[in-house]
Order: sequence, then C-alpha cells, then structure tokens
Amino acid sequence: MSARDEIFANLRRSLGVKGSEAPRRHVVQERLESAPKGLVPQRGQLIGEGLIELFKTQAEAAMASVVEVDGPMAVPEAVAEYLRASNLPARIKMGDDLRLAAMPWGETALEISKGRSDGQDLVAVNHAFAGVAETGTLTMTSGPENPSTLNLLPDYAIVVLSAKDVVGDYETMWARLRDEYGKGQMPRTVNWITGPSRSADIEQTLLLGAHGPRSLHIVLVNG
Amino acid sequence: MLETPSAVPSSARPQRPRVGLFVTCLVDLMRPSVGFAAVKLLEDAGCVVEVPRQTCCGQPAFNSGDRDTARALAEQAIEAFAPYDYVVAPSGSCAGQIKAHYPELFAGDPNIARKADALAAKTYELVSFLVDVMGVTEVDARFDGTVTYHDSCSGLRELGVKRQPRQLLATVEGLTLTEMKENEVCCGFGGTFAVKYGEISNSIVEKKTENIVASGAHTLLAGDLGCLMNMAGKLSREGQPVEVRHVAEVLAGMTDEPPIGAPAPGK
Amino acid sequence: MTVHVTSPKFKDNAHRALQDEQLQKAMGNVRQGFIDRRAAVAAKLPEFEALRDSARDIKNHTLQHLDLYLEQYERRVTAAGGHVHWARTADEARRAILDICKRVGARTVTKGKSMISEEIGLNAALEAANIRPVETDLGEYIIQLRGEIPSHIIAPAVHLNATQVESDFRRVHTHLDPQRDLSQPVQLLTEARGVLRDRFLAADVGITGANFLIAETGTSVIVTNEGNGDLTQTMPKVHIVIASIEKVVPTLEDVSQILRVLARSATGQEMSVYTTFSTGPRRPEDVDGPEEYHVVILDNGRSSMLGTTFQDMLRCIRCGACMNHCPVYHAVGGHAYGWVYPGPMGAVLSPSLIGVDKAGHLPNASTFCGRCESVCPVRIPLPKLMRHWREREFERHLQPATFRSGLGFWAYFAKRPRLYRLATSVAMRGLAWLGRDKGRFKTLPLAGGWTDFRDFPAPQGATFQDQWKSRRAGGAK
Repeated sequence: MSARDEIFANLRRSLGVKGSEAPRRHVVQERLESAPKGLVPQRGQLIGEGLIELFKTQAEAAMASVVEVDGPMAVPEAVAEYLRASNLPARIKMGDDLRLAAMPWGETALEISKGRSDGQDLVAVNHAFAGVAETGTLTMTSGPENPSTLNLLPDYAIVVLSAKDVVGDYETMWARLRDEYGKGQMPRTVNWITGPSRSADIEQTLLLGAHGPRSLHIVLVNG
Repeated sequence: MLETPSAVPSSARPQRPRVGLFVTCLVDLMRPSVGFAAVKLLEDAGCVVEVPRQTCCGQPAFNSGDRDTARALAEQAIEAFAPYDYVVAPSGSCAGQIKAHYPELFAGDPNIARKADALAAKTYELVSFLVDVMGVTEVDARFDGTVTYHDSCSGLRELGVKRQPRQLLATVEGLTLTEMKENEVCCGFGGTFAVKYGEISNSIVEKKTENIVASGAHTLLAGDLGCLMNMAGKLSREGQPVEVRHVAEVLAGMTDEPPIGAPAPGK
Repeated sequence: MTVHVTSPKFKDNAHRALQDEQLQKAMGNVRQGFIDRRAAVAAKLPEFEALRDSARDIKNHTLQHLDLYLEQYERRVTAAGGHVHWARTADEARRAILDICKRVGARTVTKGKSMISEEIGLNAALEAANIRPVETDLGEYIIQLRGEIPSHIIAPAVHLNATQVESDFRRVHTHLDPQRDLSQPVQLLTEARGVLRDRFLAADVGITGANFLIAETGTSVIVTNEGNGDLTQTMPKVHIVIASIEKVVPTLEDVSQILRVLARSATGQEMSVYTTFSTGPRRPEDVDGPEEYHVVILDNGRSSMLGTTFQDMLRCIRCGACMNHCPVYHAVGGHAYGWVYPGPMGAVLSPSLIGVDKAGHLPNASTFCGRCESVCPVRIPLPKLMRHWREREFERHLQPATFRSGLGFWAYFAKRPRLYRLATSVAMRGLAWLGRDKGRFKTLPLAGGWTDFRDFPAPQGATFQDQWKSRRAGGAK
C-alpha cells in the first residue's frame, strides 16, 4: 500500500468512516463553497475617515510609518521627501505596476530601476493590493507588477496604498481578492505585512530589521 | 472551565438550607480549626450544617491515573452527601474535583452519572458559596494586620473564585489586603507532585515565597490547605516571619489557634 | 528517531536545569515578557474569547473531516502546479526531502523555523547527505551553531543570554574582525543578518514548515516576524514545505479566524509581521519565486490519535502560550523535557509520538494548575489529557513501585471510612504530639521529596471528625 493510501486508510479507520459518505462530502463541499465568515471583530466595522484613521493607528502601533497624500500624482514627491528626510540615496527599485507607472516620477530626481531585487537594493517601492484596518496590515500580491523580493530584501520598504483599498477586516479583503483572481484561485504569494521585520530571539529584546526591511513606510493615497 | 457565578436569588434556595460540610481530608487531619471556622461562617449565614462520615474526594487517585479508586471514593461521597441541599468544602481543589471531575468520571455510566451531576450541581467552595449563593456581603470579624491572598489554582480556574474572598476580607475590621505579584501563579503544591517532583516544586514555591515576602504582608491567606502547607513549610524553612492561615479562620474571626506550622504559644 | 531522546531522564535534566543559574535567569524573561503582553493584547480585543471558541470549532470540524479536506488540499496544490508527497513516518519524510534535494543537486539548503523538521531530525539527515542546512530564524540559527534543539517552540533560544550568543558568533564567524564590538544585542542581530543574507542568496533549496494548509486554495501559510521564512521560500529555485496532516483548515476565512488568536496568544502581537500565503511555484509571468513547489505531508502517528481522547491535541496551533504560562516550564526550561516538544503541549504530544514508556515523566510533571488550558487559543484541555496519560501509565504499571504501593495503602483506608477515622485519629494525635514543640517537622520518613526543601506543618491533634462527634455528643455546637 502506498504511503498516501495507508495514511487515508488510517484516517478513515480512526474516524470510523469510509470517505464516500454523501452527507460528509456535502458538508465539506458546502463549507468550501460558502466559506462562512465566522466571527468578525467589531473593531474594523467603520467607514470613511474612521476606517482610514484605524488603519493608520494600527500600522503605526506595529511600528510602520504612514504619510497621507492627496492623490497618485503626489506620490513620487512624497517618496523623494521620505528618502531625503531619512538621509537615503535617491534611488529606488520597483516593478511593473501600472498604477505606479502612471505617477510622475520624472518630476523628481529619483533614479529608478525596474524588476526583482537581487539583495543589493536599499529602497524599494511596491503597490499594495489592500490594507486591513483591524491590525494595520498590508496585503501584497506577487507578480511582475510587485515582485515579492521587493517586499523582503531592501532595508527600506515603501508601500503605496490607495485609501479606497483600505478595508476593515481580513474577510472583506479575501472577498476582493476572489473578485480579482477567481474563487479558489490565488496569486503565487499573498503577503500580509504588519510593520517592519523584527526579532526578540536574543533575551526577549525587541529589535527591528531581522532579515526583512528595518523600516516600513506606507504612502496612503487619498482621492 | 472558568465560571463566574452570580448570586443565586434568595427565592431559589431554601430558607435555612441543609449544608453537608465536605471538610476535606487535609482539614480533617491537619487543621480541624479550619473546619470549625467553616461551620461558623455557614451557620452565621443561616445554614444548618451537618458532617456525614467521610474520607477523601479521591483527587489524589484521580490525578495519579488510578480511575478505579477515584470512582470508588467518588461513589462513597456521592452516597454520603446525597441528602443535603448543598455541599460545601473549605477548598477549591476538593470542590473542583466534585464539581468539574465527578461527572467526567462517570460519563459512561448513566445511573451514577445522574447522581454525580446532581452532586456537582450543588457543591461549592466555601467562600464563593457564602457570597454567590447565600448572598453574604460582610462578616463579623476582626484581624489586625496586613494580609496577602494567594489564588489557589483549582478554585481560581475551575470555579472562578477570585473576587469573593477579597469582597469579604474587605469587611474584616483592622485588616488591610496588599496584593502580591503573580498571585494567580501556582505555588508548586500540586498534590503528589510536591513529593514526586520535590525539587521542581521547591523551585516554584521559592518564587512564590519571594513574592509573598515582597508584598510586605504579615499574614498569607488562601483557600486551600494543601497550598497553604506548602507555602507555610517553605516560609518557615526560609525563616521568613510571615504567618499563614486559611482564609476561613480570618473571616470567622477564629484565629486563636497558632498559624500553620507554628508552635502553640509558650512552646 | 534521530533526535536523541532524554525524556526518561527528566528528573536528572530538571536537576541540572535548576542548578544552572544562567538558565534560571533566562527563564525569568519568559515569566515576564510573554505573559503580560498576551494579557494586554487579549484585553484590547473584546471578541478574543469568542474567537478562541471559533478557532476551536474550526479545528474540530476539520479534524472530523480530515480525510476529505486533505484530498481537496492535494487537488488544489496539484492544480496550482505543486507536488504533494505523503510520509507515514519521519524516515519517509526525510527521504522525500532528500530525494528532491539530490535531484536538483542541492548543496546548501536554507530553512525557515519548523518544528516538524525538528521532529523528523531533518538537519542530521541533510548533513549525512553532504547537504548543508542553514537555519535562518535567528533563534534557530543560534541553537544550530550550538548543536542544540529548541527549548521553546516559538522562541528556540529563549534559554540563552546575549553573552553566550556573542561567544558562539565569535567562534563560528571567523571571517569577521575579531576586534569587532558585539556587546549589544542589536550588533548580534546585524551580524546574523549579514551572514544569513549571503546564505539566502546562495541556497539551492528552501525548506519551511507551515502554520496552516488551506484546502480551498491549496495554499501553505507561514507566520514569522523576521521575514526569514519568506526569504527562505522566495529566493531558491525549489521550495519544500514540510507539514503534518492536522495543519489543514478549510478556507481563507477559517485561517483568518485562527490567525486572530495565534499571534495574540504567542507573542502578544495583534498580528505577526509576515503572514505569507504560498500557492504553487512561480507563474510564467513572475520575475521571482521558486520554480518548484513541494509539500511533504507527515503523519508520524497522528492519524492514530484521531478518534481517541487525544484527538483534542491535534487542534494545537503551536503558539507556545501553554509553556509561556507553565510554572514547571519556567522552572526547568524546555531542554529538560528531553525531546522536541516541551511544556504542557509537549507533555501531551510527546507520549503519542515517541511512546509513553519514554515520555512518561512529562505528563506527570505537572501541578495541574490549569493555567495552560486557560490560555490555550484552541482550548485544548491539556491537564485532562495529561491525566489520561497518567491513567495509561497506571494501567500499564509504568509508575514507580513505591509510589504505586503508597497510593494503594492510602486508598485501602480511604475506601473504608470507619477504619479511616480510627487510623487517622490515632495517627494525627501521635503526629501532633511529636510536632508539638515546633509546630512543624524538618524531616519525616518517606516524605523526603517534601522535607528536603520545606518544613512539614504539624497537625493540630484530634481530627475534625473526632472533635465534631464529641461536640455533638456533648450537646455543644
């Protein structure tokens, strides 16, 4: 008997089932189809300004920094200003995201390279799929538009987030993801990011920048 | 199973309830004065107290994996305490055994399970019984000094005993309660654990006595004699001048007996 | 079993741990940090207790339908271009992983923190095959340098202090300036970051565990704070996930419910920094990510726990809250438990995986204070399950003979109330007389476990039942 067959035989013996029982199969199918939400905390059930405020508060509590800008056209300048204020070189890496591409980067002095990171980039800019207010969590989806390596390898991660993509809870975010990718389908990687990388493995002392970015800066785009 | 029972409406209980005192084997053998303090508190609250012949709730056997002995002792207690309106023990551990674990012991035996459930439903730890069932809000007692209170594990986590002793202690004249750090952390007693793993038990009770001493209290109180003997034994071995008593002694104003582990006056 | 099991020597291990001043100091950090942070973050979320119920219910539902959810999970992984490998035993799991590594000619393997990897002794197997495993979680990296196993399931190096880490780094990182300053924890972190960054970029295969497998989408989920797991699975050409059968949950919604209690229970964070959902290998249009994606699913005795009283243990999501709140764990640390899983969850799980004859001490070494159960995010009745192990041991006569006969002696009297009253009446009067001067005993025969460390208070004298009877007989109250 193959390992697979024996494991399933054991499981079914222990559960006292054959595996072919229609009611059990129906229960499972139903759950996978309907994906019931469970208990969604009240905390994120806000609209408008309150929702944005909650996202900011929570992201900052997780030690991200957040700056709000009036529209997509203001993003490049906000990024350039952040780099100046942080005493960083005016050099960024980004992917092929069309929303980012439509922004007036040429109006800044930023030197921009494209593609994935090979570990040599100090600063990268990605566009978030969504922001979840209940914990200040960014949702990043992989692809050539926003390569995963740009979330992970640079010392300074800058993430552009549209205010209209801020949702209250994870469940709302998944619903939007299903709308975009299809039921049961996922991009290769969905990355929830809540604040910059950290470790407390040495004497329970919290230190930022363990392997991922030391700093996470969110540019929140209104309008 | 953490429950925080609210006071039973007085209409829901008998005028003068008959209470079977489950004195617990430790109080019976080691410190009868706690039993008499319990009797006084129950009678003051309007109960008629009786003490049927009894030995042990069976917890040591239950926790040692000896289910047969645990069942035999449980059946003994189920019989002995069947006639009473309530069963009250000056111990969260023994009351917890009856309330939380007797039903589990007989889950496969519907006949006894019914009786075990009935006993479980009417069994209480002493202080929470006074407050939650009898509606006692104050006691007539005096105790001059600063005390600290250790929340014994079974009472705290199986029965939700936390605010009740503090509520009544606040009405003892002359008494000041000062909380120690980590008052909800185990003292390291654990029944047979204290002997089987004496060295680990010792390390746990050392941290406890450190917190007790740091509280600055003159007297340590708790609701379980096992924990109290453990902490008293450690405090006296360390030469700490902290006295140790069961909370019932203080609430009943019956503190003439020497503290736990202390010699009689004049000795 | 490739990991050396010292659980039978638990008492000796504990003795050594209690003498180890450095360890005792390190364990003090656990007592303070984790507990307060969990309490604070739980208090901030009004639905926290209800979410624990929800997490428990999801796990129970999944376990009841585990065969079907695993089938669905496998279908979805395959549909996404990944490969599923089934392993009955630790040996089969090791072989499945080695086969992949050898096929792609791997020389260096980076690893995200995985307790299953520890359970199957994967590093030793890789080394034996001339493949270099590099642990990338900072704590795991440190203990790998020391040749130790984790002492905590989410904080593997919690038993160490910074000075020890510094000397390990100086011993191993010989390519760096010997005069460099490593006196601050941040300097140690920076050094590890630099060393491991090179490893991430050079690795041929990345191996991670999984906190969850999602049946709906064929997704594996890892939760980290460092980002090491993400780099481990993103940079190399091949990503291998190693996970046990009970990690599967039905849907994205279900995993979200459980994530709401995981980090809060574990580290006291609202959410860990990186929660990463991986589905299959890189897509044709992708510019990064692994070209191959494998999942090795391990049984190793778990399917036999289903349908038994120990099924509840399969709900465990490995948050570590039970050990963070355990007075015995605080006293002796994780290594004393003698195998991979320490603390209350280990005391229940280890006997299932390595046998109660080897791990018998673990479920006994508990005061049953119940604090573990009171914080478990999926409400596993840990004391009850430890008690069930004690029952198995009692049935199989595995406890020490002296303990057994002592218990039998006591039970003989306790089952005979008249005889009990008579015997205790005499015994207590005698004992009280002996202890009358001091009110306590410094030594007592057969009670060395007690009196070696603390006094034994003397009884007051006549038993309560004797006094009660005579008072009633005398008409007094």
